[in-house]
Amino acid sequence: MELKLTLNGKRIIEEIDADLLLIDFVRAHGCKSVKRGCDTSGCGLCTVLLDGTPVLSCSMLAARADGHDVRTLEGLQEEAADFVGFIAAQGADQCGFCNPGFVMNTIALLRENPDPTDDEIRAFLAGNLCRCSGYDGQLRGIRAYLNAKKREG
Amino acid sequence: MDVKQLKTVGRSFPKKDAMQLLLGKPVYTEDITPEDALVVRILRSPHANAIITKIQTETAKKVPGVEAIFTWEDVPSTRFAIAGQTFPEPSPYDRLILDRHVRFAGDAVAIVAAETEKAAERAMRLIRVEYEVLDAVLDFRSAKDNSVLVHPEEDWFPPCEVGGDPKRNLVASETDADGDVDAVLSACDIVIDRTYHTKAFQQAMMEPFIVYTDLDRYGRLHVVSSTQIVFHTRRILSRALGIPKSRIRVEKPRIGGGFGAKQSAVCEVYPAFVTIKTGRPARLIYTRTEVQTAGSPRHEMEIRVRLGASSDGTIRALDLYTLSNTGAYGEHGPTTVGLSGHKSIPLYTGSLEAYRFSYDVVYTNHQSAGAYRGYGATQGIFAVESAVNELAERLGLDPTVLRDRCMVREGMVMPAYYGELTSACALDRCMEHCRQLFDWEHRYPVRDMGNGKVRAAGVAMAMQGSCISNVDVGSATVRLSEDGTYNLLIGAADMGTGCDTILAQMVAECMDCSLDDVAVFGADTDASPYDSGSYASSTTYITGKAVEKACGDLKKTICGIAAEMLGCTQDEVVFDGSSVRSAADGRSVTLTDIAYRTQAGGTVAPAATASHSSPISPPPFMVGMAEIELDRMTGEVKVLDYTAVVDCGTPVNPALARIQTEGGIVQGIGHTLYENVTYNDRGRPIESSFMQYKIPTRLDIGALNVEFEASCEPTGPFGAKSIGEIVINTPAPAIAHAIYRATSVWHRELPITPEAIAMTNTDAQK
Repeated sequence: MELKLTLNGKRIIEEIDADLLLIDFVRAHGCKSVKRGCDTSGCGLCTVLLDGTPVLSCSMLAARADGHDVRTLEGLQEEAADFVGFIAAQGADQCGFCNPGFVMNTIALLRENPDPTDDEIRAFLAGNLCRCSGYDGQLRGIRAYLNAKKREG
Repeated sequence: MDVKQLKTVGRSFPKKDAMQLLLGKPVYTEDITPEDALVVRILRSPHANAIITKIQTETAKKVPGVEAIFTWEDVPSTRFAIAGQTFPEPSPYDRLILDRHVRFAGDAVAIVAAETEKAAERAMRLIRVEYEVLDAVLDFRSAKDNSVLVHPEEDWFPPCEVGGDPKRNLVASETDADGDVDAVLSACDIVIDRTYHTKAFQQAMMEPFIVYTDLDRYGRLHVVSSTQIVFHTRRILSRALGIPKSRIRVEKPRIGGGFGAKQSAVCEVYPAFVTIKTGRPARLIYTRTEVQTAGSPRHEMEIRVRLGASSDGTIRALDLYTLSNTGAYGEHGPTTVGLSGHKSIPLYTGSLEAYRFSYDVVYTNHQSAGAYRGYGATQGIFAVESAVNELAERLGLDPTVLRDRCMVREGMVMPAYYGELTSACALDRCMEHCRQLFDWEHRYPVRDMGNGKVRAAGVAMAMQGSCISNVDVGSATVRLSEDGTYNLLIGAADMGTGCDTILAQMVAECMDCSLDDVAVFGADTDASPYDSGSYASSTTYITGKAVEKACGDLKKTICGIAAEMLGCTQDEVVFDGSSVRSAADGRSVTLTDIAYRTQAGGTVAPAATASHSSPISPPPFMVGMAEIELDRMTGEVKVLDYTAVVDCGTPVNPALARIQTEGGIVQGIGHTLYENVTYNDRGRPIESSFMQYKIPTRLDIGALNVEFEASCEPTGPFGAKSIGEIVINTPAPAIAHAIYRATSVWHRELPITPEAIAMTNTDAQK
């Protein structure tokens, strides 16, 4: 079948198999940031933005993205660079394998709620697993970023 | 040594790879290896114990796109071990690449290599296998001397004598003692005799097992693997495939978490065999189901503790018997079990008069266990620390005060820890610091919240090692570049822990340069100096010391070259970090000058390689305290606060040490409350996905408070010991203690689920 979509601002028209998953489509187009951690939509590593909304690309057919705008971390480098340094300062990146999904969902969070409470951060990111950091370092990083932004006014 | 005088060591820096990781750059095995490699998949046994009587692959081979299918008939008959351990390994050689005898539900039956995933899967469905299904050993308590043998084969081979006997389903067996434990126990006022049970918990690293193989431009086998052990993997592949080590190169890119899972060569042999046979690039990525059911989880253990004490709470004797379930194969079986006693009993060196520690490690037809952070200490510390808490509660003593009286302290010789001396031990300070930080005095008393919920607290101590003494080797090469910067080459494997960065911090400290001036490379068997790999908490302590030594050697070499340039002797020059100057007349040459000189007519390489091994393994120490809120109706437990104070010697990078600690605590909370391992009647693990194997989310943990009590280990680099493993050990006993405080019921089996709590509450009310 024919798939038409926009991936990181680039229009793509391509023949695909009907059972192709969105994660395999975007990885085949060079978006290697999108990771597969579980196969059962339980880890959040494969998060991409579909028309700005976070979705799990391992559990979504590429065909369902037809006519939509798909963004991966490759297409959001500047927005991500704005805050990921604060995560690095905590050392909370660790192995890094969950980072892209975490960063994508954090971008979605901050677009929707630019001044979240700690509980709102935890709730929004609940589906993003991390086995290394224990989560608190990620939270401290986001909090440090928000504080720095407030100081800048 | 005064750590405060240091410029780079002891300070927090972001990891050198942080921005690459956080911006999602392609740095992992799947990202950097070709997409058109053959897809390798493994057909697995549905039976826990069976002999393959017939296997028909002809139909499957006709599937378009199938390149090859291999069965037990195609592979070498040399048995090997996949444990990443120094040769000769304590783990028995009990595996074949594919065996006619399959020993757990999930054991490999056939290797399928195809152009596409779809072709491989279609072929797997078309392979016809006939099995003679055998009785299986599914309960490790009845494994020893069972009439069913997991390894009846005659060519089972132990490279080390560890007390194993496959005709008894025994992988290892030993007794170690100091003093007359029976006499002391019989003289004690009180004896706590309890049995504890921990399960085969999964590391659940986010990146699954993944291996890519091809033939390089010299026709050698080139392996790109997410592994903690490049050199051991090369040796394992050499034996398994029957090809010389000189024909194999193993490298690791970034690793998406390991926690010990990748201290075994879990799946390297399969794509390597495909590449050797077909000459084509091959790639195997385990599904999460395979990671959960054919990985290398923690050893299930049952530990009987007999603890003897005086009525004032002085712990006088400890007698431990550990039964460990290694599953279908023996990797890490003989070694993990040792830590269950040797890293729990010595915590009470302060008052112990005698101890005995004996164990059996048995084969069963379960998934094979491996190495997981804590490596047996986690299991032993749950048992011993729980028994100590049971003692304190029975005597009505504050368990922290009881520990003050009995704990190991600096300057003590620990008979249960190979007679080693604690030359750096801040456990006593950790306890006091943690009491204050946690506010133990006010949180230890049980508080009924009036809404069916109750708050309570628990405590535990822990220790670990900093290497495998007299065995493992770390190495480092440090090289001067012509702009005065350095290359650090290592064979240790940063799996996200940040060892690349902290080792570079040590170079920067030694060479008096900035951290940015040190480029790190690792690990690759063709380019890295030999290193056992990253495990046993050893990279900071062992490889760190090698870095320190290499820097010392390099500084001498640089000074020698500079002295020649300055026309003086080496003892007349001074190295200041950016140049070398003559002490006599102040003339100097810059590092850039020196490096360029070595490239034009130079006869001495501006590089040094050093190796290090240690006769001792100085333990880090830790105290953890948990406050929980328990719902009496549902049995639900929420960890409101986990406070810990760690003595890891000098924290080389405090931010990374803190994250290690927080991450370890949360993993520990996971196996205490959420992560269960159960089996169906065929011996297959039920928790085969993250839907069922519930690792903690960020909603499952409360506040984490982590602080450090530095000590200075004289044999460690800049006073450092280790941090990686100890951090997982305190949550289980501390939370089990808090649950007892809230319910008056001791739970001696992990995990402690809401069901278990609610049912025992109901039973108690009847």
